[in-house]
Amino acid sequence: MNILIMVIFVVLAAFTLAAGVMVVTVKNIIHAALWLIASFFSVAAMYLLMEAEFIAIVQVLVYVGAISILVLFAIMLTRHVTGEGVRQLYKRWWIALIVAAALFGVLIVPTVFNYEWAVQPSGAQISIASTVEIGTAFMREYLLPFEVASVLLLVALIGAIVIAFEERSTRRRVLTLAEEVEQRRQRNESLRLAPTTHASETSE
Amino acid sequence: MLAHYAFIGVFFIAAASFPILPLIGAYFLRPSRPTEVKLDTYECGLEAIGDIWVQFKVQYYLYALAFVVFDIEVVFLYPWAVAFNQLGLFALVEMAIFLFILIGGLVYAWRKGALEWV
Amino acid sequence: MSFLDIIILIVKALVLALAATTLFAYFTLFERILLARFQHRVGPNRAGYIPLPGGRKLLGGFLQPVADAVKLFFKEDVTPALADKWVYLISPAFATIPALIIWATIPLGCWPVGGDGALPVGGCAPVGGSNFLQLAEISVGILYLLAVTSIGVYGIAIAGWSSNNKYSMLGGVRASAQVISYELALGLAVLGVVMQAESFSTAEIVNRQWGWWFIIPQFLGFIIFLLASTAEVVRAPFDLVEAEQELVGGYNTEFGSMKFALFFMSEYIKLVAMNAIAVTLFLGGWHFPGLYTLAQFVSANAGQWAGNAVFGLLSLGAFLLKVTLLSFLSVWIRATVPRVRYDQLMHLGWKVLLPMALFNVALTAVLNVLIPDNRVLSGVIALVVGALVIVGVAAVNGPRKPPASQVTLVKKSAEVVQ
Repeated sequence: MNILIMVIFVVLAAFTLAAGVMVVTVKNIIHAALWLIASFFSVAAMYLLMEAEFIAIVQVLVYVGAISILVLFAIMLTRHVTGEGVRQLYKRWWIALIVAAALFGVLIVPTVFNYEWAVQPSGAQISIASTVEIGTAFMREYLLPFEVASVLLLVALIGAIVIAFEERSTRRRVLTLAEEVEQRRQRNESLRLAPTTHASETSE
Repeated sequence: MLAHYAFIGVFFIAAASFPILPLIGAYFLRPSRPTEVKLDTYECGLEAIGDIWVQFKVQYYLYALAFVVFDIEVVFLYPWAVAFNQLGLFALVEMAIFLFILIGGLVYAWRKGALEWV
Repeated sequence: MSFLDIIILIVKALVLALAATTLFAYFTLFERILLARFQHRVGPNRAGYIPLPGGRKLLGGFLQPVADAVKLFFKEDVTPALADKWVYLISPAFATIPALIIWATIPLGCWPVGGDGALPVGGCAPVGGSNFLQLAEISVGILYLLAVTSIGVYGIAIAGWSSNNKYSMLGGVRASAQVISYELALGLAVLGVVMQAESFSTAEIVNRQWGWWFIIPQFLGFIIFLLASTAEVVRAPFDLVEAEQELVGGYNTEFGSMKFALFFMSEYIKLVAMNAIAVTLFLGGWHFPGLYTLAQFVSANAGQWAGNAVFGLLSLGAFLLKVTLLSFLSVWIRATVPRVRYDQLMHLGWKVLLPMALFNVALTAVLNVLIPDNRVLSGVIALVVGALVIVGVAAVNGPRKPPASQVTLVKKSAEVVQ
């Protein structure tokens, strides 16, 4: 059984990495988003392998179900996205590579050397990831981070709305029929001329 | 516990065969006589003009943003929901604070018109 | 796990997937016949019938789904020249697979096998055994259902994008925005049930409804769930994704033959699955009054195995009966209510259902903390408050006479143009 789990883990890890590489190498940005979703999925499967069911499901709910949709909408809001002919690598990409490798090392080296891995006695039932325990921990040990999280979410929402409204105010709004009529009437009264047809830009 | 996820995995493979097998079967059964007109993009009989990337409303993006924020909020509510009966009144008050902060966000979005489809 | 168990598992998985597909086929027939009756038509009655003496025909049209499937198999499948070939090819599978795997954690009935094999008392939790009529029992079953429904939208979104057609694209984008808007209300409606049952496990939620269906303490949640799930599976009156007048066929404009059939199938399977989830959460799942007494009687007279089998089959029947009733409701709504506008859709999702669902969570929490021991009292209070809230919200948001300024609009613009 352990060998089976090991094999599954290696397959999932390889798939996650391969999908990640595809995200940064494919030309078409929508394909990149789809590969990103694939890698999110296999990360969720890895959580399952660690018996962290709740985290696995939340990974799918939040990353696949919400954040990827946001990414897709962000792509759709920008015009000309096919990415053909766009250079994908920055000229000094090797600097980025060194920085990324250094960051990875900073994270992984202390973790590997200093952490005392809790080895479960074989056959012991562990339920550290059970949802009830997470809920209890939120209400007791991690109460402050829990409440701070709500403030963080609030700030994120307000910031997003402020930025989006700045963007929207620069665009021309589509008038409703009543406003269009009202505008024309005012123009007619001031110019005493027959109304000309207006082509209003529509957007969906 | 993990065994039941393996059941779902088996079911996933069984479910995946349901779209794939008919697609393969239909490939051998159906005729294939493509012409230039058939392969054209359908646009009510006219020739398709321009890109499909029409300018989308910024509202779509706003909804998606608000959705991400509230989705994470709901995810925080889930562990509380199964534990709150054991935790009693204190947890209820804590959750009320959490919710009030986020309802504040909803009210802000509402008043600002971010939930409006104009 | 022995070899035999694996064989049984594979057969069970295939049978469940096949059952969901068959359910879809006959749901389309059910819907067509019902819609015909609603509109004073006859409906499909030619394909397949049992001739009776005297020229009468029985079960007219029961082979119609088979005929449809065969026809779609032989249709030419055109891939538009400008489509994104691979994404176009996988998008039907992307839509169908989530629709099917929803069924994995729904308890379809209660047939205890293995263990002590005793008839279930107070719920279906056989000691040492398992429930034969539930494929997988996981402790986060409800969240699994929500997660799978939320990824179902990708099939529509990537189908719309990959066909390289403006109508498809608009349909796909609309679908994504609509589904995420209603997912919040859906998740919060489910949360009320989770608080009532103190568990995410679907089996446990059904067990807790022994003699006390959650529709009573969660009446508000049930109504929110019905509305939100109808919108979540882009079903009429929320089917703006395929609004014919504006978007031709919507996201599946460029799809034909088997690919179209798969989209059609995934839509209907998702609808029936949503109804099944509603039954599981609110209508007591496989519970039915008198079922246990009957099974006990059989068990005493014909042996335990027979008692379990009778209980299993009857509970499956009760479950399917409730799903059929909700499906009838879906068809009825489709026949009655006209399609909503997009701004109305967003208004309903964000400004009506979301606050209502939040209120429902708060109400459930307060009632459970204040009246923890008397479920009848707290249930009745929740039912009354829920009904009042629904009536109040409907009164505020319902149809009203248009203001005078809008009525004269046509006349005014006519004056201006002259």
